[in-house]
Amino acid sequence: MSADKNLLSKLAVGDKHGEDSPYFDGWKAYDNNPFHPDHNPQGVIQMGLAENQLCSDLIKEWIKANPQASICTAEGIDGFSDIAVFQDYHGLKQFRQAIAAFMERARGGRVKFEEERVVMSGGATGANETLMFCLADRGDAFLVPTPYYAAFDRDLSWRTGVRLIPVECNSSNNFQVTKQALESAYLNAQETGIKIKGLILANPSNPLGTSLNKETLQTLMDFINDKQIHLVCDEIYAATVFAEPGFISVAEMIQEMDHVNRDLIHIVYSLSKDMGLPGFRVGVVYSYNDAVVTCARRMSSFGLVSSQTQSFLAAMLSDKIFVDNFLKEVSKRVAKRHLVFTEGLKEMGVSCLASNAGLFVLMDLRQMLRDQTFESEMSLWRIIINKVKINISPGSSFHCSEPGWFRVCFANMDEDTLQIALQRMKSFVVRDKENKNCNNKKRKSFQENLKLSFSSKMYDDHVRSPRLMSPHSPLVRT
Amino acid sequence: MGLLSRKATCNSHGQDSSYFLGWEEYEKNPYDDIKNPDGIIQMGLAENQLSFDLIESWLAKNPDAANFEREGQSIFRELALFQDYHGLPSFKKAMADFMSENRGNRVSFDPKKLVLTAGATSANETLMFCLADPGDAFLLPTPYYPGFDRDLKWRTEAEIVPIQCTSANGFCITKSALEEAYEQAQKLNLKVKGVLITNPSNPLGTTTTRTELNHLLDFVSRKNIHLISDEIYSGTVFTSPGFISVMEVLKEKKLENTDVSKRVHIVYSLSKDLGLPGFRVGVIHSNDDIVVAAATKMSSFGLISSQTQYLLSSLLSDKSFTKNYLKENQIRLKNRHTKLVSGLEAAGIECLKSNAGLFCWVDMRHLLRTNTFEAEIELWKKIVYEVKLNISPGSSCHCNEPGWFRVCFANMSEETLKVALNRLKMFVDGLLSTTRSQSEHRRLRSLRKMKVSNWVFRLSFHDREPEER
Repeated sequence: MSADKNLLSKLAVGDKHGEDSPYFDGWKAYDNNPFHPDHNPQGVIQMGLAENQLCSDLIKEWIKANPQASICTAEGIDGFSDIAVFQDYHGLKQFRQAIAAFMERARGGRVKFEEERVVMSGGATGANETLMFCLADRGDAFLVPTPYYAAFDRDLSWRTGVRLIPVECNSSNNFQVTKQALESAYLNAQETGIKIKGLILANPSNPLGTSLNKETLQTLMDFINDKQIHLVCDEIYAATVFAEPGFISVAEMIQEMDHVNRDLIHIVYSLSKDMGLPGFRVGVVYSYNDAVVTCARRMSSFGLVSSQTQSFLAAMLSDKIFVDNFLKEVSKRVAKRHLVFTEGLKEMGVSCLASNAGLFVLMDLRQMLRDQTFESEMSLWRIIINKVKINISPGSSFHCSEPGWFRVCFANMDEDTLQIALQRMKSFVVRDKENKNCNNKKRKSFQENLKLSFSSKMYDDHVRSPRLMSPHSPLVRT
Repeated sequence: MGLLSRKATCNSHGQDSSYFLGWEEYEKNPYDDIKNPDGIIQMGLAENQLSFDLIESWLAKNPDAANFEREGQSIFRELALFQDYHGLPSFKKAMADFMSENRGNRVSFDPKKLVLTAGATSANETLMFCLADPGDAFLLPTPYYPGFDRDLKWRTEAEIVPIQCTSANGFCITKSALEEAYEQAQKLNLKVKGVLITNPSNPLGTTTTRTELNHLLDFVSRKNIHLISDEIYSGTVFTSPGFISVMEVLKEKKLENTDVSKRVHIVYSLSKDLGLPGFRVGVIHSNDDIVVAAATKMSSFGLISSQTQYLLSSLLSDKSFTKNYLKENQIRLKNRHTKLVSGLEAAGIECLKSNAGLFCWVDMRHLLRTNTFEAEIELWKKIVYEVKLNISPGSSCHCNEPGWFRVCFANMSEETLKVALNRLKMFVDGLLSTTRSQSEHRRLRSLRKMKVSNWVFRLSFHDREPEER
């Protein structure tokens, strides 16, 4: 099946791609038994995928009304040959302009972006890797606050050889990153001879679903400026912010904090989350450092955006009326989904980290753990996947320092499916609570039986105890 | 700037080379038959602009592909969300079939062994990441595509050691050249992981012969190393001896399913054959499951846009379209090639005899002031700035003999090609009458044909500083 492994590179035979992590196991369970309302109503519901499926109708409408935007239709075909040969790594000027304009509108017009600094990449995945190649050598390190997006391990480290040093955040202050945590991580690294080249984080955060407030942003900028290390802000969820404090981009902070060295500031953007177009592979590196712009642009040869896609998006994103309406709707629809989901969870006594952005919530199931360990988190997670039949992501896959947190996505399905998921969660939670009220021995045997005949028990329990959980229950977090 | 990585501050991206400088000059002063008739004509870009009308007429007849529709139903949402790095199955199948068709169906490709990448640029880099550790080397026959220095070495930190090929035998790859390159790598303390060839060759425009392919397979078999065959020009073969893929030779030698077949990897793309470089469509084909698995994961860094995959899966699944396209494309390339070759002949310039590609490998050794690379660059600058033609000097392709230039013919209209050829003729006539007597010119031409001339050229190569390669 394969040649002698010694003949291949270490990259090819190793596992630093990180795809053996449980983050991906859940996907496998889903792939083997995917939910479908008609064909497979007992299948696994996918809530581990941070996709935005809420606004595709708006884009479809625009496409129908604008056939000239495609180089393949009768109305647009005159542009076909010019676009088909266009492989200049600067990208189509109209595309760069449209992206810069879109990024500005997503920040309420509070900042200006220069189109010459817009550099393409193979999605945010490509953008993050490219920045690492530009800013760090093999063996250098970047600080990253936990919990963080599971695939950063692959994107930032795999082929680049750059190390990730976690900056631990915890629930005592809603996982906000503190100066103390930053200084401590930096110092520890220095003491062990590790060279820190920068700090990378997502704002809004994945998996927290929160956007950074001004104070935290100031702390971060002062920190990196003090150490003269880079700051990479992955702002791919910018338009999903729906509540206070609103979205504050590092681009806005630069305007206010004159003393910060701009050569250290870099933004990653993409249309995969805000517009729900992950298939089109539109990533952007936006750097305030000229040398980085030049280098990243040369590297973009390895992941240019298809000119067909550039041309289409240049037309759509230049339509200011469309863009403004779209951004308004995204925020509105994400807010609504978030509310439906969190209220539904609240009713069953499950709380989530308070959040104002993102396509997911961080659900607090610490009370459901057998003990506060990651082993218990994994056991609970397996039950949720295999018995409750919902694919959610365990906090450990995001390097969360506390067990019991789970990221649950809510924008990648229709409302009916969301309701079914909530029902399944409810049945599970109610049953679990009831059993916690019994003594330990009974609880142990329940968990054993759970593996054998969960589904029939679920139905019976639901019929027997349809009431909602008491608001005074210890499981309801204040 | 200690702030940035070594990769950001060095020049291993190779973009300071003359290959790219010529482009920059063109960008500043591009030819336009109406708006800028004195501008620089771009002949340094290996693009195929000859057959767009065939694709455009297909599009006109197939509105579904254009409108994100399948059988009248909108699949926009499906496509917008599709980011599975295994790729659209219908697209992979269509690519596998197209690749087989390009080889006269003498071999077949398994879609499960294909990996989709953002262009051949990304495919080649990805294969390096999978086959070589930093510091390992790949052997490449010279002259080779200038972009390889960036694609194969820059971020991977792999090395290239050249397999020296010369005009003495039409730049064919010989057994001794392979062995010498391997020894050279050993002297430099580099671990050789494989050989990479481009077949048909860029910049030579020739297909690799069966003899060469046999030598290569023997060599990689004995040394227990890989063979990458970049076959992105396979659909541009317009005359005999025809295209022989290394996959065919594996089959002929009954080496399929052996260890060596697992070390043979093909790179393909639609940038040259279909003239769609903007769409970023690259492919790796490997018989090694681990390579396929690792490369598939790496393709996350450069996936093909789903709307492009969908469009092309429709286009390439239309077998009557592909059959007609391949045939017609070859006829047009052949015509264009003939026009360039005869135009150059009229200017007293010969080319390496070629049967493929979008360019000719042109012999201007007789126009050099001296048989040196300095003289080559001097001549090149005259051609770019005075004659206003951007062509690529052989040194940028790591050719070890000065005086060869790659001239593209498929990226412009016929009228523009005529203009370019006229300019060149006028330049050559002028050059020969002012700098050389006719007899001196003839003497040099006959010198070139003698074997001893190759000894002279080799000496002049070794005299050069390594950085000049």
